[in-house]
Amino acid sequence: MLEAFLTSAITMATPILLAALGELLVEESGVINIGIEGAMLAGAFVALAIAYFSGSTALGLAGAIAAGVAINAIFATLVVNLAVNQVVTGTAVSILALGLTGVFYRKLFGVTGKAFMVAPIAKIPLGPLARIPLLGPVLFDHNGLVYFTFILVPTLWYVIAHTRYGLRLRACGERPEAADALGLGVIAIRWQALIVSGALTGLAGAFLTLAYANTFVENISAGRGFVALSVVIVGRWNSWGLAAASVLFGAAMALQFGLQALGTVVPYQLFLALPYALTLVVLAGFGGQAAAPSALGEPYRRQ
Amino acid sequence: MLSSIAKPFAALALAAALISIVLAALGASPIGVFAALGEGAFGSWYACADTIVKSTPLVFTGLAVSLAFSGALWNIGADGQLTIGAIAAGAIGPHLGNFPHAIAIAIILAAGALGGAVWGGVAGWLRARRDVNEVISTIMLNFVAVQALSWVVHGPLMEPSRAYPTSSPIARAAQLEFYFAPSRINLGMILALALAAACYLLLFRTGAGFELRAMGRNRRAATFFGIRIPALTLWVMALSGALAGLGGAVQISAISHRLYEKLSPGWGFEAIAVALVARLNPLGIIPAAILFGALDNGSQAMQRTQGVSPELVQVIQGLVILIILAFDTPAWGGLRENIFGAPHDAAAVPPLAEMPDA
Repeated sequence: MLEAFLTSAITMATPILLAALGELLVEESGVINIGIEGAMLAGAFVALAIAYFSGSTALGLAGAIAAGVAINAIFATLVVNLAVNQVVTGTAVSILALGLTGVFYRKLFGVTGKAFMVAPIAKIPLGPLARIPLLGPVLFDHNGLVYFTFILVPTLWYVIAHTRYGLRLRACGERPEAADALGLGVIAIRWQALIVSGALTGLAGAFLTLAYANTFVENISAGRGFVALSVVIVGRWNSWGLAAASVLFGAAMALQFGLQALGTVVPYQLFLALPYALTLVVLAGFGGQAAAPSALGEPYRRQ
Repeated sequence: MLSSIAKPFAALALAAALISIVLAALGASPIGVFAALGEGAFGSWYACADTIVKSTPLVFTGLAVSLAFSGALWNIGADGQLTIGAIAAGAIGPHLGNFPHAIAIAIILAAGALGGAVWGGVAGWLRARRDVNEVISTIMLNFVAVQALSWVVHGPLMEPSRAYPTSSPIARAAQLEFYFAPSRINLGMILALALAAACYLLLFRTGAGFELRAMGRNRRAATFFGIRIPALTLWVMALSGALAGLGGAVQISAISHRLYEKLSPGWGFEAIAVALVARLNPLGIIPAAILFGALDNGSQAMQRTQGVSPELVQVIQGLVILIILAFDTPAWGGLRENIFGAPHDAAAVPPLAEMPDA
């Protein structure tokens, strides 16, 4: 029971964390991308369609990366090059992706409502580690995407906090004019962050279809992109914090499924609302922008 | 002036071209699809009437969005505000049986407006007092509202037989009647028209409206002019929420008569497309809402005859917003002034750049 719950919590946390780590990079560069939900949805759909018709999970994952990058490229063109409002663009990108995946899903898979299943991504138990009681199955018996996601946590922390590249990234998010004056190329750095984020978000979407549901339904991301957005806030723009917040929200989702099955008196909607409500509380408590990059959301234009 | 009218049409034409590409990829005929959309939306007296009915919530949410956006307050939460307004209306509606019709209608609509105002006001308060970005707070409040609706129709407001996840029907006294049955045209659209005019007057003929637009153009400059930004932020967000909440109450009172899950098909998000096509002008909201209401209404016929699923409407919404933004970009020089009415120094401090700094 406990083992199943914790394993499920890690599984639920993975796509949220993967997308949140991408969003962290983007936000450190000074851009807020609400279109993350759209990139996730596109990744989820393309991964399933390609994996279903080709029979190859690897091709599906590659397709998801391409789809996420494509969606973010639309966003980046408008937001980074044309300096258009980031919030409205992100919302439009999400609506567009919701529409496109819906339309093409019905076209490719008909309207019969029959589920189109694919084989789940294979699990890779990590040898003797996977045989440790409780910890083994919970932490060391997952598919490669889960390991990749959690390895990304220290990696990104190191890159952002301790490398020259991370310093440049943060400079673009804190003082873009100063970064530009130093010749750092704000536009290029923001594009790079959005491309990497697109790939990670696309993979997060692929996780939903290829590792979790093994099929696609309309709006399968169901707000997870927005949960990723709150993870970045609750995690205070720090990859370790992001990991902790993701696991907390993953646990809330896992608990919600359990409660729904048990039919307890506690309304399961409470757990579904938890990530959003907690984000509001954290924001209200800490005050808004203290830990956020100071130029977050500001379009940058050379004068 | 001419170009300010021509531009939305140019944007729509480009959207139509891109949608044709999507349709070609789907193997559907663009002409056939557009014809089916038009036929479904305006092909008969009844279709026209239903287009009006489907446009009504979009007028309310469109006004809500345009008012907030005019002050550079990025209210992405009209959907949640509409939902909370609907919950308030759906909760009080069944208990209004002993009131005269006019009073019952007034109460149910007031309840909806109040519910929406509270939800919008929370985001406004967080922005004004706690420096919380309203984009994030309104997104989060949307999801909380969706879960709240799901909870009430499964829990405290569930109908007595407890067979279906809906609330009890509202009292007859609280129902807006249909004027030309079998069409479902009701007082809602007339109320929406009146509110559009009122919002126009508020925005362009009052001191408060001037302050709101000044805040939208340049928050810092507005502070120097003595405009009290925090108070204005709170009131605008509450008013914006009230408009959306009223839309939810009208939907309950006139059309659905009860609460159910996923009440809004995304009226609060579609409203962003409506508001941008209308260039944030409250009077422009009416034709813009009818345009998108017609798309919603025509999409059923399109699915039936052309085999293209109604999600195409969302593709259209997304493309229209992106194209209008691209047309409007400050990077292309003075173009944006046509849509957001910014002054000539807009390039230095574009209001759209004001989003994150308080």
